[in-house]
Amino acid sequence: MAQSSVNKGFARRLGGHLAPWIAPLVILLAWEFAARSGVLSTRVLPEPLAVVKAAWSLIQSGEMWSDVKVSTWRAVSGFAVGGGIGLALGLATGLFRPVEVALDSTVQMIRNIPALAMIPLVILWFGIEEEAKVFLVALGVFFPVYVNTFHGIRSVDANLVEMARSYGVKGFRLYWDVILPGALPSILVGVRFAFGLMWVTLIVAETISAQSGIGYMTMNAREFLQTDVVVVGILLYAALGKLADLLAKSLERVTLRWHPAYQRGAKA
Amino acid sequence: MSATAFSTGFGGIAGRDLEAELMQLRTVEDGVGEGAGTADAGWPSPKFERGDAAPGRSGQARASADGPLARDAPRSADHAVQLRGVGKQYGQRAVLTDVDLSIERGSFVAIVGRSGCGKSTLLRLVAGLEAPSAGVLEKRTQDGRPLDTRIMFQDARLLPWKSVLGNVMLGLGRGAREDARAVLAEVGLVERANDWPAQLSGGQRQRVALARALVHRPQLLLLDEPLGALDALTRIEMHALIERLWREHRFTALLVTHDVHEAVALGDRILLIEEGRIALDQPVPLARPRARASAGFAALEEYVLQRVLKRSQNDDALAHRANDVHQDERFVRPTEVRWAV
Repeated sequence: MAQSSVNKGFARRLGGHLAPWIAPLVILLAWEFAARSGVLSTRVLPEPLAVVKAAWSLIQSGEMWSDVKVSTWRAVSGFAVGGGIGLALGLATGLFRPVEVALDSTVQMIRNIPALAMIPLVILWFGIEEEAKVFLVALGVFFPVYVNTFHGIRSVDANLVEMARSYGVKGFRLYWDVILPGALPSILVGVRFAFGLMWVTLIVAETISAQSGIGYMTMNAREFLQTDVVVVGILLYAALGKLADLLAKSLERVTLRWHPAYQRGAKA
Repeated sequence: MSATAFSTGFGGIAGRDLEAELMQLRTVEDGVGEGAGTADAGWPSPKFERGDAAPGRSGQARASADGPLARDAPRSADHAVQLRGVGKQYGQRAVLTDVDLSIERGSFVAIVGRSGCGKSTLLRLVAGLEAPSAGVLEKRTQDGRPLDTRIMFQDARLLPWKSVLGNVMLGLGRGAREDARAVLAEVGLVERANDWPAQLSGGQRQRVALARALVHRPQLLLLDEPLGALDALTRIEMHALIERLWREHRFTALLVTHDVHEAVALGDRILLIEEGRIALDQPVPLARPRARASAGFAALEEYVLQRVLKRSQNDDALAHRANDVHQDERFVRPTEVRWAV
């Protein structure tokens, strides 16, 4: 009796894990079938098996690893620069009124220029060197982090700040114990947005001007009509994007342990 | 995802100058901080009298021997808080006008009044959260030092990202851990010390807020409708807890409430504030712990309640406005107060 209910619970949990994969699997099978029967030309889309083979040969030749490494490095360094500046400026404008007066309207104005509109200028400034890509990623990442940090600090519960002050919390401890944790949920939303924008900006930057990286790999494959390699590149971006999102999520789970949305059960 | 990332209209305290507020804080805190050094001198070491947890057991004998009137008799002229001609204006609107008030050291004073009468503003003035626009406000210990004051708000205002223990230790160093645990034990929540505030019920959160105030060993505790959001049974429990801790810690207490029953149950003295003035100063000559069903209790509650309600019922000049604005309030209030009578 107990055994069967345990088994049932296990089956249900397993089903819960498997259910999200049914739809992609069906699409994949339909795709394979369409490609094999000739309905889908290989010039439009290669069959899934061919994609897997292409991926395997890219892995074996070491090409994929070096391209992924280059792209990831660009993404991470661009994110570090742009996110770091965005966080610092957001904190400064959020906490100090004079800084806000001096900077915020300027930043809001520049924010409306799409980072990708800067590509021609960026190519003129940096050529197609590494700096160009890192600059574009940093620019794309900067704004969501900045805006959400600023917003997070401004929307910290004024009652909590008042309470903390009346309990003798001041100076650095007030920022560290009250204002920053209060702004953190909003800052992390900004980080998640930024992770998404990081890949988008990088993809465009790499496909337009690059001599290495995933974008370069796909654009090169296009020249030779290697649709399978192009699809591999697209899937790589999807996987890396998902990875970044998982990272952001686990970051939230660790830093927002106290938040009711991240607690299971245990309501008194 | 949400639109917050790109929204330019910021809510919250966007309109307020955070930095300027922080500056204001420092000046206030410096005044309070000076008193902190001597705060412990006059304090009895915390007692953990388990018998006191059940108010019924302490009985009448104790109340007459250790009652507030008997206790404070030798130093009846000793005032912890004095207000002389205090007024507060927000722009053109006068919230408090010409308030004269002396609060005896160690007494429990309850302030009642309708919403918007200025009672919370009075408390915020005494707390030093706001400065009076006119008059003098003095808070002193017996030897003339600034009074160490703590306030308990209507919402518990716990930091959701700190554990219960962390919240109680707010503003204190790591060395206060044992003190904090001891005070948590006094409010009966020591086993929840490592939980998050979000995991507690409303009453438990207020008990944590009470512990957080008491761990500072304040000489003056201000209570700004701290039980307003709690259910009836939890309120009665909290009354007993607050009364017991007030006896043990011997602080001066100032309670703002809209609940006349609560004021009669806890106060040595009830102040009614009407339109920014003290309209009634009523001593409560009932022995503690108070029998809520006694005739004296009911009569006093009825009297104060009628005084609170009287104004808008008789005053013709206000009748029109009162009917429009306060209609709900007037009909809800009596029933709200009567639940436990």
